[in-house]
Amino acid sequence: MSRRDWLPDFLARLAAEHLLARAADEALLAPALRLVLDPEDWGAAAKVAAHIGLRHAGVWADASEGAGVPASFAANLVAGVAADLDGEHDPQRIAVYACLEHLGGYLVLETAVPLERPVLPSQTPHYPGLDRLERHCHDLTGVVFQGHPDPRRWTRHQAWEEDAFPLRTDFPTAGRSGGRVPADADYPFLTVQGSGVYEIPVGPVHAGIIEPGHFRFQAMGEEVLRLEERLGYVHKGIEKIAEGRDPEGLARLAARVCGDSTVAHTWAACQAMERATACAAPPRADWLRALMAERERVANHLGDIGAICNDVGFSFAHMQCARLRELWQRRSRELFGHRLMMDAICPGGVAADLSADASALLQADHMALRAAAIPLFDVIDDHPSLNDRLITTGHLSTAQARNLGCTGSVGKASGLAFDVRRDCPYPPYDMLEVVVPQESDGDVAARVRVRMTEIQESLILMDRLIRTLPTGKIRVPLRPAPPGAVGLGLVDGWRGEIMTFVRFDTDGGIARFFPRDPSWFTWPALEQLIMGNIVPDFPVCNKSVNGSYSGEDL
Amino acid sequence: MFRILKQSLKTGVVTEAAPATDDAELERLGIELRRHVHARLGRSLAIRQVDAGSCNGCELEIHALNNPYYDLERFGLHFVASPRHADALLVTGPVSRHMETALRRTWAATPIPKLIIAAGTCACDGGEFGVSYASRGAVENVIPVDVKIPGCPPAPLELLRGLLAAIAPGAAPSADPGDHQND
Repeated sequence: MSRRDWLPDFLARLAAEHLLARAADEALLAPALRLVLDPEDWGAAAKVAAHIGLRHAGVWADASEGAGVPASFAANLVAGVAADLDGEHDPQRIAVYACLEHLGGYLVLETAVPLERPVLPSQTPHYPGLDRLERHCHDLTGVVFQGHPDPRRWTRHQAWEEDAFPLRTDFPTAGRSGGRVPADADYPFLTVQGSGVYEIPVGPVHAGIIEPGHFRFQAMGEEVLRLEERLGYVHKGIEKIAEGRDPEGLARLAARVCGDSTVAHTWAACQAMERATACAAPPRADWLRALMAERERVANHLGDIGAICNDVGFSFAHMQCARLRELWQRRSRELFGHRLMMDAICPGGVAADLSADASALLQADHMALRAAAIPLFDVIDDHPSLNDRLITTGHLSTAQARNLGCTGSVGKASGLAFDVRRDCPYPPYDMLEVVVPQESDGDVAARVRVRMTEIQESLILMDRLIRTLPTGKIRVPLRPAPPGAVGLGLVDGWRGEIMTFVRFDTDGGIARFFPRDPSWFTWPALEQLIMGNIVPDFPVCNKSVNGSYSGEDL
Repeated sequence: MFRILKQSLKTGVVTEAAPATDDAELERLGIELRRHVHARLGRSLAIRQVDAGSCNGCELEIHALNNPYYDLERFGLHFVASPRHADALLVTGPVSRHMETALRRTWAATPIPKLIIAAGTCACDGGEFGVSYASRGAVENVIPVDVKIPGCPPAPLELLRGLLAAIAPGAAPSADPGDHQND
């Protein structure tokens, strides 16, 4: 079955529901196809999509000047669509996008709502994983999602007013008030009542060396009855301060969306910009990018496997993994210039070439890591005290994972083997066979096994990448962006699918940047998988998912 | 059990294996650090790390200080779970406006005298994020800072060096609450 075989069925069902969907120029957001919808059909289209099992990969809005299909491209569209969406003729509109995926084929739904009355049916009733994305979208652009089951604020705390929307053109980047921002003390958490029920508020400043966020537990005895997350503490206005940057500047910002996924996020942003400007990075750069992305995957999995073991008191594995990770990071600094490989990917290619003797060093490293990790993973896999704590702990069913749209190790451990590298491959993965681990147990132990397998698969991939490393240039200059050019980046990071949308303004600067981290879908998974577990198992459950705070707060 | 012993024995004590170029300096820095910690703080420096808006890059490197190569605790430095137990705050990130009050409260909860260390380029000068509707920029825009450790993120050795600077003679801990006392 090819990647888009489901599309005719989807279109037929839309037609059967009398939903008007118009295909638009498909080169714009390649590899995704595009469908333009009337705003009133927005919710119903999601219902049809959910019915045939499409995964939702996120929703975002573009409220800045010139949003929507640019004039230069509008000529390619049927007249009606152009009139609907042409932002240049009618700047008082907010363009809204939703990305769907099935069997590796992507589809972007687009619509536009008037700035004066930006009302759109919510897709959350059909896709629960969209809950916070739509609330984020509302807090930043003012789009009102009608029928959303939870109208509370999400990303907005107290730094700006309820009726101000930072991503609108009239909102100054510096903000409107310089005064101290009070704590968001009256956020209406849901409460649970009953005899013996008590509440544990945690955060935003946690006890460990971790990012800030708030967790509100309702517990009875040791058992967690309910967990509610409250994030947004590290909202740094990334989408706003991206505006007007040049491609290099955007790549630097993308590298800091989420420090542990710096390679994957930079790659996704550069891929989006390269697609927008029809400029392909040279093959050697693709190979080096993949090499770095796999290194990032290995480093993070090593760190997390160790931390998961540490959270249940098994410090042997923690120390062993920390040691291996440190050696790995030192090599990254030596060969790629930075311990996390930050800023190593740049628009049009990579910043630095690999030296001639690096291949041998890396291959020896891979062998050494394999030799150290395999016996270690054997211990982790069947150590009685670990089994006792990790098996059945933090269970996420396949239905729950699918419902939320989880990708990455969380999805893979719950039976969803989607991986962008295999299912919608981008260079160089289109030339490589990517083996994707899949587990069905959905517990912490399964997530650990997925990560252990991914490390071993990454080692195989990296060996192959080194053996087939093409010669030639590592960077080409990015072509000037046509006014209003848009691009979609789709990269598999170690947490899962990263989707990045970029739109250029008329001067070759960035008008809109939206990096969608996979954490948007795994944070709600944590709320579900913790239920019924004991409070002391929260750290290990949390670590097994390891959502990014910074990647979601933006 | 035997597999664990075997792996541990085979791995050995990596902390003292010092062939890499870095490690001599690590030892030197560590010993100097321990001397200052002993002299000024009575054998231990308790550090409370606060992420005030970082991208998590700095946290990864601060974590690395605890790995067996750096093994920070042997120098008398350790990370504590509460600001009330801390001698020093190690603050990362540009201070997001949403974390501003939490950071002030953490600062107020830390007993005097206290050292405030800004770790990472963002904490030092706002970095890539600067000052905006969502960010206050540098940590010193919100609470007084004694020492800055630049770097994006600072590598573990740079962090060690910065911690040393923080407790070296001449770097007086901030005792003056100034106008930053309450939120």
